[in-house]
Formats: sequence, structure tokens, C-alpha cells
Amino acid sequence: MPFAATAQLGPALFDSAARPAFALLESTTGLAPALLDVSFRDGYVGSIIFVSLYVSLTAVALSTLVSVPAAVAIGLADFPGKGFVKSVVNTGMGFPSVVVGLVVLFAVSNQGPLGSLELIFTREAMIMSQFVLATPPITAISLAAVGGVDDGVRDAARVLGGTRVDVALVVVKEARYGIATAVLAGFGRAISEVGSVLIVGGNITSASGISKTRTLTTAIQLEARQGQYETAMVLGAVLVALVLTVNAIVVRFGDRGVAG
Amino acid sequence: MPIQRRKFVAALGAGAVASTAGCSSTDGGNGDGGDGGSGDGSGGNGTDGGEGAEESIGVAGETLTLTTTTSTYDTGLLDEIHTDFEEMYGVTVDAVAQGTGAALETARNGDSDIVMVHARGLEDEFMRNGYGINRRDLMFNDFVIVGPESDPAGIEGMGSATEALTAIAEAQAQFVSRGDNSGTHTKELNLWEAAGTEPGGDWYQETGTGMGEALNIANQQGAYTLSDRGTYISQRSEIDLTILVQGPIEDGPEILANPYGVMAVNPGVHDNANYDLAMAYIGWITSPEVQESISEYQVNGEQLFFPEAVSEDPNFQQYVPEGWSSESDDE
Repeated sequence: MPFAATAQLGPALFDSAARPAFALLESTTGLAPALLDVSFRDGYVGSIIFVSLYVSLTAVALSTLVSVPAAVAIGLADFPGKGFVKSVVNTGMGFPSVVVGLVVLFAVSNQGPLGSLELIFTREAMIMSQFVLATPPITAISLAAVGGVDDGVRDAARVLGGTRVDVALVVVKEARYGIATAVLAGFGRAISEVGSVLIVGGNITSASGISKTRTLTTAIQLEARQGQYETAMVLGAVLVALVLTVNAIVVRFGDRGVAG
Repeated sequence: MPIQRRKFVAALGAGAVASTAGCSSTDGGNGDGGDGGSGDGSGGNGTDGGEGAEESIGVAGETLTLTTTTSTYDTGLLDEIHTDFEEMYGVTVDAVAQGTGAALETARNGDSDIVMVHARGLEDEFMRNGYGINRRDLMFNDFVIVGPESDPAGIEGMGSATEALTAIAEAQAQFVSRGDNSGTHTKELNLWEAAGTEPGGDWYQETGTGMGEALNIANQQGAYTLSDRGTYISQRSEIDLTILVQGPIEDGPEILANPYGVMAVNPGVHDNANYDLAMAYIGWITSPEVQESISEYQVNGEQLFFPEAVSEDPNFQQYVPEGWSSESDDE
């Protein structure tokens, strides 16, 4: 259950432990200006990294909570139209993020059904759109992983007197690598997309350059818009490094799970 | 062996129950992404909902959402001056840079409190439809026609923007258009219309991008484009394009003037609009002190914006759709 655990630890981690880590990261990216003549305002890069991670990790955690049970339920059940459900989920993987952004914008806009919640241009709205984007890949890949679990495992669990929940948990355990891949794929989709977070988040920083809804991707888009391609490249490198780090951490988690 | 497995399953089950129990409140709220934000949202955003404001004094802690154009934002002007406003009122300004058309549309949907744009025709329509009120002239700069030094259409130094465009069209020289319903795009279309030329063909490209990117594309293709002077100045060191037709700031034709206006969203149409703070903002930004800081703002040693809110002899047309008078109004 490392993913559920991540979901719960998330906020606490961000508030305390992660902040100094970002400061450290920022001082490292501070090396880049020497080479590339790129400079950022104090706290700028750290705050956009924080917003990127906060939004994407929260969205992926919520997606995982929905997707994995859904994948197990669909994978273990036999019902007419199962193939159709699968193809709907697979189609969802190809949702253009801009379209998702527009739909979420209509939902959270003052004129939309959720308008009274005043969510437009907030991180919560960004989480909503990334949730929509990350759920199909996580569900689809988890579904494939669950489908790949040997029938013998299921039968064994049943024979041992396991309830349906027991069986599902055993299947999840057997499919954990596939599910980890699914979650990473969802995370990759969430943190790298620019279309929907730009539309619903608005790419906002405070006047002093601390991000409110600016992520690494929208910051890159902003720099490119201004023709600051070098700055955009530096931020791109930060994004790649961040995705690598998250992937490495998840892989590490997985290995430890086996060892324990 | 079976016993171990059983234990393992039980442990997993317990873990699952524990973890879902912990998450169920968030999950229930956020699961669908739908009503979810309400839980999280109230923390960061509740203050501009209304209840928060009653507890605190005045407007402190509220957020003003300003939709504006890429030219005011990308030049760094807003970040430079907003700190002062935020400190004075203890509020936050969320500046969303969208381009004039999108900025007005966002306000029309009630998603922003105030707009700062530069396309008088679109602003007038916005006011006539009842969405915007209390408009003020804010500042101006001008548009310039930029292009490669080789100047294939031979427009350098022309005193008329429309003649220059006609020359570009006749030479079928490459021209990059913003094509994004921004203030600059609107101005460009007006210029083509005034020139009596219908742009089109291989030489005319609509890029659908912001000004900075359009300048880059024009730079790479050796094309002409229409730019606001501010964005051009802030990017000049990166590109090889030069100014071929000047705007009114450098004695060019008046048709290239680029006035910026600021308007509050009408609380009679959108009752969630933060009207008090929007009016405070308009009062602040049109005050002599802030107008002074606008004129002092420089990029690469050049002034980008010229304030025009403070005047002994106010232009009454700034408050209403252009050409409006009580007699001619037939609404």
C-alpha cells in the first residue's frame, strides 16, 4: 500500500520536510546561471516545483484511490460489455489535456455548476483536471496488470477461504509492479501536461514571484512565449530531473517492499 | 505456509481499511474531482468568498483577480508595481495574462474582478453589454511595424502604417500575425481594413501565439509583424528585427497608438465580483504616485508605458463606450 501511504503523508511532507529540500534544489539550479546566464527571483523555482509536485502528486494519489479498486473490480469480474468498458478506459488515455482543461473550466467557472465554490484559478481546480487526465492511464495499465495475474493465485486465495476482498488484495499484491508502473504513467501524464493547468490555473504568481498556480510546465510555456528559450531549457531540465527523482523514489519503495 | 499467507492477507486488509479510513474524508470530497475542492479550497480561497472578509477589517486578506494582456504582464510591469498595492491593502493580486480577447471573456464569465486590456473596440462592447463599469484610461504606448533589416517591401521610414501594410501585401513579403484575438491582433486587423487590403496567401501567417513568440517566429523567418513597443523593447536584444514604421511616440502615425484601459467587472451582473477591491485598485493605479512609477518603469534603459490617467482636463470619453452620448444612446 505504498501509494495510499504517500497520499496521507503528502501534505505533511510538503509542509515540513520538502521545503528545505526545494531550497537545496534551488541552490543547485543556481549553478545554471553561471553557465547559461539565466537568473531567477528568490524562491521562484522552489515555489513552482512545490506547486507542480503538490498538484500532480495529489491528483495522482486521488486517481490511484479510484483507479486501482476500479481496475481490480473490472479485472476480476466477468460481465457482458467488459471489452467495451476497457476500450472506453483506453480511449480516456488519449484525452487531449486542453479539452479536459476546457471542460473543467466550464465546470468551475462562475457560470458553471461548481461556480459557487470559486475554484477557478486555484490549485484545487488544477488537481481536478489532472485527476481527470491521470485516472484513465492508471486504470488501464492497472487493468492490464491485474489481467496478467495468474489465475492460480486467485484460485489459491479462494481455496484458502479468502473473501472477495482477500482475493482482490492478493491480486493487487501480485500485480504491484504493474500497478506501480500505472501510477508512474499517471504521474508522468499529470506533471508534464501544460494545456489544462494553464487554462484552469491561470499561471499565477504573486508580485514577488512566488507561485500560486504556476507549475514547471506553465513556467516553461511562459518563458517560451517571451522568447527566453535558455530559461525555458533550464526549467525543462529541472522538470526532467524532478520526474526522474520521483520515479527513482517509487522504484526504491517497490524494492524495499519486496525485501521486507 | 497457508497460515502465513492468511496473516498477510489479513494485514493487507487491515492496512487497506486503515488507509482508506484516513483518506475517506478526502476521497469522498475529492474523489470525483467535483465537489472535492470545497474542502481544500476553503483554506486558500475562502476569503474572497465573503464570510472571511467580514471577520477581518476592510479588504485585508482578500484576493483580486486581474485578467490582463500578455504585454502588461510579460514586460514585468505588473510584478513591479503590484507589491505596493498588496502591501497597502494587505491583499493579493492574482494577475492572469491572457490576451485582450480572453481576458474580457474570462471577466464576462464572472471569473475575474477587473480587466486591464488594450483594444478600445472590444472594451466598448464589453461595457455596452453591461459587464464592465468605471472604465479609466490608464496608460499608453504604441505599436510599431518591425521587420528584417533587408526590408524586402521597402517600408522603412514610411509615415503611414496603412501604406506600409499595402506595400507588404503587394510585395507578398512574409508577415506574421498574432491571430489570437488579442489587442495587437485586433489593431492589426483594423489596420488591414483601413488599408483596404485583405491579407491572405502564403505570405501571411496566423500564429495564434503571444507577442514574444510571434516576434521570435518573425525573427526566424525574416518576416514583418506588428508589435507593441514594450514587448519589442524587452525582447530586442534577442532578435534581429528592427523598427521600420514608428508609432506616435516617435512621431509616427496616430493610428498606431496603443492605449490601455482598466475596468471593474459590474457587480450588478456578477455578484461574486470583488467590486470594492477592484475600485480600490483602479483608484490606486490611476493615482499620481503609481502613474509616476509606471512612467519610471524601464526595460533595457527605455520607458515602456506612458501614463495618461492623471490630467487637469479629463477626457470624458474614457468613462463610456467611445462616441457614446446620452442623446445618441438607443439601448
